Amino acid sequence: MAEASEKIEKKIIDEGLETGSKRLTEERIEKVINEVLSGETGARLKSYTDTCVHCGLCAEACHVYLSFNRDPKFSPAGKVKRTIGEMIKRKGRVSPEFIKEASEIASTECNVCKRCAMYCPFGIDTAYMMQTVRRICHKLGVTPLYIQDTAHSHAVTQNQMWVKEDEWIDTLQWQEEDAREEMSNLRIPLDKEGADFMYSVIAPEPKFQPNLIYQAAIIFNTAGCDWTMPSFPGWDNSDMAMFTGDLEIMARNKRFHFEAAQKLKVKRIVMGECGHAFRSVYDVGNRWLSWSMPPIPMIHAIEFYYDLLKAGKIKIKEKYKKSVTIHDPCNVVRGRGLHEMLRYVIHELCENVIEMHPNREHNYCCNAGGGVINCGPPFKKKRVESNRIKADQISDTGAEILITPCHNCHSGMEDIISYFNVDMHIKFISDIMYEVMEKQE
Amino acid sequence: MIDFNTLYNFLSGPMVWVTFIIFIGGSIYRIWDLISLVNKNEKFIYSYMSWKYSLRSIMHWITPFATTNWRKHPVMTVVTFVFHMGLVIMPLFISAHVILFNAAWNISWWVLPEGLADVITLIVIVCCIIFFLRRLVLREVKYLTTASDYVILAIAAAPFVTGFFAYHKFIDYHFWLILHILSGEIMLMAIPFTRLTHMLFAVLTRSFIGSEFGGVRHAKDW
Repeated sequence: MAEASEKIEKKIIDEGLETGSKRLTEERIEKVINEVLSGETGARLKSYTDTCVHCGLCAEACHVYLSFNRDPKFSPAGKVKRTIGEMIKRKGRVSPEFIKEASEIASTECNVCKRCAMYCPFGIDTAYMMQTVRRICHKLGVTPLYIQDTAHSHAVTQNQMWVKEDEWIDTLQWQEEDAREEMSNLRIPLDKEGADFMYSVIAPEPKFQPNLIYQAAIIFNTAGCDWTMPSFPGWDNSDMAMFTGDLEIMARNKRFHFEAAQKLKVKRIVMGECGHAFRSVYDVGNRWLSWSMPPIPMIHAIEFYYDLLKAGKIKIKEKYKKSVTIHDPCNVVRGRGLHEMLRYVIHELCENVIEMHPNREHNYCCNAGGGVINCGPPFKKKRVESNRIKADQISDTGAEILITPCHNCHSGMEDIISYFNVDMHIKFISDIMYEVMEKQE
Repeated sequence: MIDFNTLYNFLSGPMVWVTFIIFIGGSIYRIWDLISLVNKNEKFIYSYMSWKYSLRSIMHWITPFATTNWRKHPVMTVVTFVFHMGLVIMPLFISAHVILFNAAWNISWWVLPEGLADVITLIVIVCCIIFFLRRLVLREVKYLTTASDYVILAIAAAPFVTGFFAYHKFIDYHFWLILHILSGEIMLMAIPFTRLTHMLFAVLTRSFIGSEFGGVRHAKDW
């Protein structure tokens, strides 16, 4: 398997990495690395590199390492050694070829899921170091093509999927119209000033999965919510720029998102079932904009559904019959501790819940998040094969349905179940809630 | 050829002062340097730090088997805890050291019974051998290992090995005694300037991640 992984790596050709690295000179590399190291990093990187005693205890944490037959170069510290460790050791004097490989390692072999931070006795945050590598590679213009394209889209359209303003509005109106067949007084209220909350989604929803907006509209209308969505940029809460290391564009996106809520004078933001977007709004983008916490109260869909069910605003007609298992997404569980609320919601909706192991904070990553799936087709085979452990973990549950409130987890595990022939279907919470709730006629 | 007494007097006299000045001065410098780095680029770290979550995290990680990863590596857990406890307890409570303090400053405190001290020494040496074998045998450790890892292991093991031989007067007591004092001094001086720095930084890195997991992520970090 270790050999297999090497073979896969050799075959991969990514235009972004190829073209970007060809433009580099060693002088420029040295300059950029040292600029980032001295200008943007500090005590964390210094203490992490000086404290790591190379004990190897972090290896156990990483799904890529575990899936590639415990090949040590895929352990968290192994990846540090192959990237930022070498950059620091050589004081930035590395080759364009090295940068190309470092970019591939940081962008496609690490999901910045932070599981390893929980396994290192010193609490060394390898994800932070991989993000620093991505930042350096971004500044050198060596980022995988597909994810770079999404970052460009963020820069141009303030959404991830090149959705134009009229297409966005049109999609919402189309979903509203369809949903009115089912619920005649349903509205998707655009730009409603002073509403209780602004609902924000990631751009792939209008682009590929408008049914999720449909379902959300049914849930909100049934629960009698006072809500709105912006018709203007800022509606997309996603953030691939955060994962390419393009932190300036990340900050700009987050500003659009927060300002949309402020313009609408809403009391809070409710985010759809997405993990990375939550990380960006709750923990990363806000800080780049100098807010230690988001400037407007914001909650993830899990918290919102939890409140709806607790308050009895959504009633369950009949619990979901099929056996389900829960995949804890890193960004809302390790990132926000929503695992118990998630379990409450799922147990309220489903009759037969089977836990996968390990779970909660210790769950294995989906291997799609952290921008890895967004690096696109060139890396797909490698991505799926480097999460064999996840396939084993979910198939051991014997459940028919896997529920995960995160888009990346969702897409990543669709690939895993199809590649490893796991007999399972994947759903969002809203898929199930929509199916089992009492609706107005 | 320097005679034993001259060497002994130098190593146990002026050299001790030099050692402690380098060890304490170097440690203060390293921590000061780290704090200046925080102030330069990462002031946000102060907004994360929480005593409650720092201590929560530290307490879990300094308790054997209290974390998932300690439980996953039972042998390593026992070895590392025993080793580190030995490393701290032995130099402070071994009778020969307390006698020296007593001679110098007329102070003394509880000491380890000699037989027990001997056993602990052997256990620490065995731990060092296990650390060494881990680096040779375990793939994930071997891959990360550099020459400096063997050097710091040797630096940490040397005072125990030489102390053991000196105590048992193995062949030439004076030879081992000199090496013992020297190796102890080398270890102390190396702490601020090698990866033995983890003695200074571990509590800080642990506190930071503990605070981040507790205060921001509302999740466990163990």
